Order: sequence, then C-alpha cells, then structure tokens
Amino acid sequence: MADAKIANGAPPTRWQRFAQAITIPLLAVVLAMLVGAIIIVIAGANPLGGYTAMFRGALGTARGLVRTFEKATPLIFSGLAVAFAFKAGLFNIGAQGQLILGAIAAAYVGFAFEGLPPFVHLPLALAAGMLAGAIWGAIPGALKTFTGAHEVITTIMLNFVAINLTDYLANGPWKDRSPGNIVARTPAILPSAELPSIGVVPLGLLIAIGMAVLAWWVLANTTFGYEIRAVGLNPAAARYAGMSVGRTVIASMAISGLLAGLGGAVETLGIVGRYQPGFNTGLGFDGITIALLAQTSPLGVVPAALLFGVMRAGANQMQLYGVDAEIIGIVQGTMLLFVSAPIIIRKLFRLRAPEGGEEVVLSTGWGSSG
Amino acid sequence: MRAEVVLEVRNITKSFPGVVANDNVSLTLHRGEVLALLGENGAGKSTLMNIIYGLYHPDSGEIIVKGEKVQLGSPREAIEHGIGMVHQHFMLVPVMSVVENVMLGIESTQGPFLDKRAAAEQIRQISEQYGLKVDPYAIVEDLPVGVRQRVEIIKTLYREADILILDEPTAVLTPQEVEELFEIIEALTAQGKSVIFISHKLKEVLRIADRITVLRRGKVVGTVRPEETDEQQLAEMMVGRSVLLRVEKPPREPGMPVLEVDDLWVRDETGHMAVRGVSFRLYAGEILGIAGVQGNGQTELVKALSGLKHAEKGHIRIAGQPVTNLAPRAFYELGLGHVPEDRQHDGLILSLPIKDNIILNTYYKQPYSENMVLKHDVIAETAKRLVEEFDVRTPGIDTRAGALSGGNQQKVIIAREFSRPIRLLYAVQPTRGLDVGSIEYIHRRLVEKRNEGAAVLLVSTELEEILALSDRVAVMYEGQIMDILPVDEATIERLGLLMAGVRDATRTAQTTN
Ligand SMILES: Nc1ncnc2c1ncn2[C@@H]1O[C@H](COP(=O)(O)OP(=O)(O)O)[C@@H](O)[C@H]1O
Ligand SMILES: [Mg+2]
Repeated sequence: MADAKIANGAPPTRWQRFAQAITIPLLAVVLAMLVGAIIIVIAGANPLGGYTAMFRGALGTARGLVRTFEKATPLIFSGLAVAFAFKAGLFNIGAQGQLILGAIAAAYVGFAFEGLPPFVHLPLALAAGMLAGAIWGAIPGALKTFTGAHEVITTIMLNFVAINLTDYLANGPWKDRSPGNIVARTPAILPSAELPSIGVVPLGLLIAIGMAVLAWWVLANTTFGYEIRAVGLNPAAARYAGMSVGRTVIASMAISGLLAGLGGAVETLGIVGRYQPGFNTGLGFDGITIALLAQTSPLGVVPAALLFGVMRAGANQMQLYGVDAEIIGIVQGTMLLFVSAPIIIRKLFRLRAPEGGEEVVLSTGWGSSG
Repeated sequence: MRAEVVLEVRNITKSFPGVVANDNVSLTLHRGEVLALLGENGAGKSTLMNIIYGLYHPDSGEIIVKGEKVQLGSPREAIEHGIGMVHQHFMLVPVMSVVENVMLGIESTQGPFLDKRAAAEQIRQISEQYGLKVDPYAIVEDLPVGVRQRVEIIKTLYREADILILDEPTAVLTPQEVEELFEIIEALTAQGKSVIFISHKLKEVLRIADRITVLRRGKVVGTVRPEETDEQQLAEMMVGRSVLLRVEKPPREPGMPVLEVDDLWVRDETGHMAVRGVSFRLYAGEILGIAGVQGNGQTELVKALSGLKHAEKGHIRIAGQPVTNLAPRAFYELGLGHVPEDRQHDGLILSLPIKDNIILNTYYKQPYSENMVLKHDVIAETAKRLVEEFDVRTPGIDTRAGALSGGNQQKVIIAREFSRPIRLLYAVQPTRGLDVGSIEYIHRRLVEKRNEGAAVLLVSTELEEILALSDRVAVMYEGQIMDILPVDEATIERLGLLMAGVRDATRTAQTTN
C-alpha cells in the first residue's frame, strides 16, 4: 500500500505544474468565448467578425493599445488585491471600497497640496491612496481576528460605507467649487501629481506589473509570505507552528487593501485626473473574476487583466461592427462561472484533480477557541 | 474439521484506486468458533468484512453461507443470511434509547404503534442469555463506550444473526471492558454463534481466538492456532519480517524538573471543563506516560501545555520559566518539541511539499531565513538530509506531504521536531494508525530522546505502548490524574481500574509528585 502511494506521489515537474495551472483558465476563456459566439449568432450577427473587430480595436493601433493598457492597469491592482487575500485563505469582496477610498485619498493629496515638486507630490499622492486602501482592508481583518466576523460579510458592508463616504466627500468638503460645476467631484489634480506615460505604456501599468512581481516574490521567498500561505492552507497547523494567525490575517488584508487602494490612486492620477463618483465602478468586482481566472497567482493576474483590458478596449469597435457590447459582460460572467467551477471543467474534460498545486481553502475559520 | 462450516469466503479480490485491498483472500468460519483476523492498519480487514456484510462488492470471488452460494448486494441481504456486523465506528443514534436503536430499521409494530415493550422484553432476554448487561430504556449518549458496544452486539442478535463480525472492538475499551467483551464472546460461541474478531493486537488475539488468520497487504499470510504460535511469530507474519517487540532502554537517570504543572484547569471546545486540577512534574531523562481512555482530557491538557489552549486556572513552567497562557512560539523557544495528536490537521500542511513542512516552526530562524528572506537552498539541503536520516519513504522533498502514507507523514513530523535542540517533548498518540515497522522506529526514536536527557510526555490510549516506553505512568480520568505509578508497579489491572475511575484502595491517592 505504501509503495503504491509513493508511486503516485511523484511530484510534478515545474512544467507539468505550469501546464496544469493554466489548463483550466485557458479552457474557461475559450469556452466563454464560444458561449459568447453562440449568443452573437442567435442575435443574428457574425461572431468571428465581432471578435476580430474587438481584437483589432484593442491591439491593432497605438491608440487601441493605450486604451487596452489603461483599462488593464486598475484591473491588475484589484485582481492582485483579491489574489493576495486568497493566498491567506481570505475572500476580499471589498476591493471596490478599498479602491475608491484610495482613489479619493490620492485625489485629495493631488489637488490640495500645492507647490510640491513632482518627485515629491506624485509619490505622496500614491502613498495616500495605498494608506487609505490598507486601512480599509485592515478593518475586516481585525474584525475577523477579534470578533470572528466573516470577511465576506464585513467587506461587503464596508463597500457601502466607502461609497457613501466618498460620495459625501466629493459632494461636500472636497467638492470642486469651480464656477459652473454642479456635479459631485473633486477639483482636478495638479500637474505635479499626474502620473505620466512612457510612449504607449502608462507608468501605472509598469507599477502594476512591478507590484505583481513583488507580491509573487514576497509570497514565495519571504518568511511573511510563508506565513500567509501556511495560514491560508491550514490555519490549525499555522497556529500549532507558532504563527500568529490573527496578525497574519490582518496584515494580509491590509496589503490586499493597499494594492486595491494603489489601483484607485493610479486610476485617479493617471487617467481620470480627479475623483468623480461612478468613474471606478466595477473595477474592484472585476478583480474577483480576474483573481480566479489567474488561479490566485499574482503573476497570472497580469495576463488575465490584460485580457479583460482587451475586451473592454475593443468593445467599441465590436459595437461598430454590429455586435452589442453587452456580449463582453456575458463572456466575462461565463468565464467566472467556468473558473469558479473547476470541478465542472474537470468533469467536462475528464481531467484529474491537480496533484502538486497548493489549493487554497476559502473562507476557513480558524477556530475561535483557545 | 469438527464443526460445520457456516461461512466460507473464496478467492475474494477487491481493488480501490491504486490499492488492492483484498487479493485473492479465502477463509472459513466454523460454528461456535472465534476466528481472529489479524493484520496491520490498512491490511484490508475492514474491506473484507464490509464485503461479507454486503457493503462492498468484490471484484471477483465468492461467498458461501451455510453451504449456499450467495450474492450479498446490501447489508439487508447479509442480515437475512444471519450475518451481523459491529463496525469500527459505532452506528447508533445517540439521542435515542437502547430499544429505539435496536429496533431501528426493523420496527415491530402493534397496529400503527411501535411495540417498544415487546422489543424491550426481547432485549432483556438477549441480555440475559449472553450476559450483555444493558438497560433497554437508557439513552445511548449517556452510556459508556463499552455499553454502547454491547448495544451494537444486541442489535445484531435481535436481527437473529448467528455470524457476528466485530471490527476492532477493543480499540475503544479499557482493559476491564475488554475482559467483559471476551466473556460475552465466549458466551456467544458457547451457544453456537460464530464470531469473526478483528484486531491488530497480538495478546488479545492469542487470548480469545480459536484460529487466527493473518492478513498482510491484502493477502492471507496464513492461519494458525493460538496454542501453536506466539506473539513473536504472529508479529512476523503480520509485518513480513522479524520485529523487536520490546524496546530496550537503560535505567532512568532522572534530572531536573523540566515541566512543572500545578492545578491546571482547561475547557474543551464546547466550554465544558475538560482538565480539572492537574498537577505533575516531568523530569529530564524520563518518559512519563499518560494513559486513559480517549476523551478524558488528554487532548486539552497537551494543548494547554503547548500554548494552543487557554488555561482557565493553574500554572505551567518549562525549565523554571512561567509559560502559562503564552503563545505557542514561547514554548518552542524554551525547547519544546511537539508531535501532535492529529498529524494531518495540526502537524502538517498537506498541500505543501515536504521541504516546506520541515521548516514549519523554525522558518523564521537562521539558517532557514535571514532578514525575512527564505533560504531555499538551505531548506532543501536540510530537508534532503532529514528525509534520509529519518527514513522518510518519498520520491523527493518536493512531494506533497499529503501524498505520503501515514507512517511517512509521522516521520516528517518526527524529523522536524527531533532535529531541533529540544529539552521537552510531547508525543501524543505518536503511532496511531501506523504500521508495525513505523511504530518500532518511532518508539526507538522516543527512547533515544529520553536517553539524551530530554523530558518526554507520552500520551497514548494504547496501554501496551505506555507500558513499553514509560518510566512512570499517569492515568487520566474525567480530566483528573487518578494516580502516577512507577512503571514496574503499573500492572494492566491496576491501570485498567484507574482508567475506569476507580482509585486504588490499597494506595493513598497521590496526584502530585
Ligand atoms: N472506500 C475506500 N476507498 C478507497 N480505498 C479504500 C477504501 N476503503 C479502504 N481503502 C484502502 O484499502 C486498504 C485496506 O483498508 P482497510 O480494509 O480499512 O484496512 P484495515 O481495516 O485492515 O485497517 C487501505 O489501503 C485503504 O486505504
Ligand atoms: Mg479497519
């Protein structure tokens, strides 16, 4: 018996593991596009032409490429935020709230702090966004640790608080009082806080990719990352090993919030130019789909978010071709369905459950006892 | 053969994915006989019995009951053929009474009403006939484990079974309860019932069986009579090589007290006080065994002694330092090694590779990390060395801990805990569910640690293990230490009484030392 187990237990090679990890997301993407194609056909249009228009619109021209990058950048951040929390076994549904708080904090520093040189002002505004997001993320972490409240519930509730808080700020104390403005929004940020682009590549995208690499590196190579993985995979064993599960949970949520907040800051300083309610809608929630599509891998978040960027940037061209842009939402939703139900996919294609992978157990309590 | 053959199993083969649990197994059972089925954990005993009871279907082979070839599609069909089974894990409804449990599934009715009274009467008759003392109207959850087991046996007899399968019935019993069970088995066979008795304990099998069939890795190794064999030979048949049953150890040279526990009180998960005023001293260079039936506070005691559970009251000192209610890491820093009770739940992260499990409680220290950065090369080297040194059978250090067999998982934990400098060691059920080879190995390692001067706390529900390894034996019952005996005064009888909560009258109870 023991021998049989050993024979089965041969660890997969790096390549096998990579292939295994990427199979499900790839199949999910292909299947979702097929489902989208069927619906396009039903609607009486040509799916091949529609998809071609979408890809051409997103990747075919320099302008399209810029738009793709701009769309993908905040999604990388929110995807990273959700993926990072996943690694600690936490389901952060609050990326949206953390992101808009980061956005408004960066906007405030951006418009209110006059007379600073760019190399001080820009980092300061980014830092304000990170700090706001981190605090907003740490709160559900602390609630979980000290009261046992589940993070899914508390992050959802904090999303509402964040929406109301930012609405109030943008319509009250931080409102743009310039003549002629009647909508809720902050003043425009000063040029010294603007996040520039390098050619077609927005600086924000480079920061996003840098953060993805950093998150991956921290998880794989530091003691802190090891603690996060241990807590995420088996909180009981982490406790037995002498780790502070509560501290790790709070820190992971704070970092998750920091990443989302930075995403909001980058969006404000690089694209929108001010905080205006409604401009960031859905970015945090798409992070959940992206994190799942990336199989919770920080590096995987980058291509997943870029794919979303392509779909969003190409939507207009697709619309012009005669395919309703709503199809993008359907494709993304179907993708979520397929990645979050890998069992269905495994069944469909008769795949074996992954052997070598670290499967994160979601939403585990770690026992409030003792 | 003297008596009629009531059950014959011919060439049964049954595979599960990756394992041949039964490989061409044949055995015979005669009327009025106790046939012991002996084998290590995982040998395929339960599988074979589940086939006979109609729960599993064999891939091939046949079953002949009283001369008639049968196809047993379900337990109901097995029961119709007079086969009854008491499972390793009881199948009683705790909130129901004994009668209700016994009637469950075959309710006798009077009109639309359950005829409990008739059933109770029948239970009384069965009790009397076979010496199965039990109150038909008692609620099952109020009954001690030994009595619950009797209810299970009554259940099979009520269904008129004459072939009884008892799957590891002694695993949950105190020595006295084991003796009572044996008397029941003798009464059953004397009145013509036939019993298949499953165990991996050599002494028990030699004591109760008329014949012993030994199973190893799904195959029948042989069938012997108790009078023509001994423990040594049975162990060798079971394991497939010669084994050392006794652990040699030099006389104890006790040193300073390493662990001091005074008046410790701890609650369990449900808030119930599980440890009630425990005090003892554990000295360097000794193994203190904590015996007791499972669930008498041992788990909570060790958790409090390692910082994993809050102590309501009392004091714990390690090497003179107060550690009561400190975090687990403080205990480790003072030199604790801990082989936890639930190795898969607490001791390992099954989805991580061996090398990551090897550093589970030392990852933050030199040489495994520096300035918070893990040193993967050092970790890999250490893991390779330990896997070799502690004989972990694995294809490599990148294999997930969850892919290892139980014995090898335990070796990973032992490797991790023993390779640090420790002065105090808790080993909780260190060999539960392991094969004899691994048990032998782990016992040897524990005694080595003691000889090196570590203070070892061994918690086990296996008395054999406690007696083989300990220098002193403490018995826990309902959260208290009943007594602490030097091992040469700790006879099975004495320990058995203490485990059942009976304080030795001839000795003034001394719970402290
Ligand atoms: N339902 C099952 N599915 C898969 N494997 C099983 C199942 N039941 C038992 N096994 C495997 O069959 C072997 C024999 O198990 P078992 O009959 O329970 O042994 P024993 O009762 O002698 O300890 C073990 O390797 C076990 O893991
Ligand atoms: Mg069994």
